[in-house]
Amino acid sequence: MAVEQTDAQLVSRCRAGDAEAWNEFVERFSRYVYAICSRGFRLAQPDAEDVFQEVFARAFERLSELRSDDAVRPWLAQLTRRLCIDRLRLNTRDTPTEAEPDEREFDDVLATLDEAMTVRAALDKVGDPCREILDRFFCRDESYHTIGDMLAIPAGTIASRISRCLEKVRTELDGRSRGSRPS
Amino acid sequence: MKIEMNGFDEEQIGRLLRLLPPAPEGWVRAAQELPAARAALDELVARAEQDAAFRLQLQADLERAVAAAGYEPSPFIVSRLRQLLEAV
Repeated sequence: MAVEQTDAQLVSRCRAGDAEAWNEFVERFSRYVYAICSRGFRLAQPDAEDVFQEVFARAFERLSELRSDDAVRPWLAQLTRRLCIDRLRLNTRDTPTEAEPDEREFDDVLATLDEAMTVRAALDKVGDPCREILDRFFCRDESYHTIGDMLAIPAGTIASRISRCLEKVRTELDGRSRGSRPS
Repeated sequence: MKIEMNGFDEEQIGRLLRLLPPAPEGWVRAAQELPAARAALDELVARAEQDAAFRLQLQADLERAVAAAGYEPSPFIVSRLRQLLEAV
């Protein structure tokens, strides 16, 4: 299984100027920021790209202002939210039909994305080949045939592999849940 | 869509994974190159502050002046530099 580094540890390394840590930071949170832009605010791709780059530019410049390294994910979420709203307001000046999602609706989306990040972290912990198979099937929407071709495994075994990998992720999540439960 | 997470089943795990597709590779790469871009920006701004001729080149054709200075005129560098130069 892969060695898991906490968000706080990663932020601390970024702040120390570790270039590899910054690559990992972007890798870890890119899906989250992208999902907030595209799913939470339904930004068009060019707008989402601008916001995405601005979020990471500001994160890079202001990481030292973060009060608690553990709070990096909500900090990024709020930063992304503000920049998405700015972008929507800018667009609304030209096309007044576009509307901001209401706060409660956004909070629900964000809560679900946070759960998705928890599942993603468990998948990272389980590691390859499950990570690769589940990522290709669920996140990249690849067919059994494509996955089989890319990973050089028989397409007929993909379904059972997916099932076994989901079971491993579930076990990992159950372990986390038990570990975080007060005794 | 809000999923209650009192324990996870495989169907929920699959559904949640689907919510996090990868961001386009080019976006991720550009974000990962930010530290290098930041260093380039610092250098370009410092030079613009000290060198009036270079400042004029930047004002005339930003992309070309950045490339002539030995840096890749990426969209991020160009847009950020434009903002920074307004303050110079």
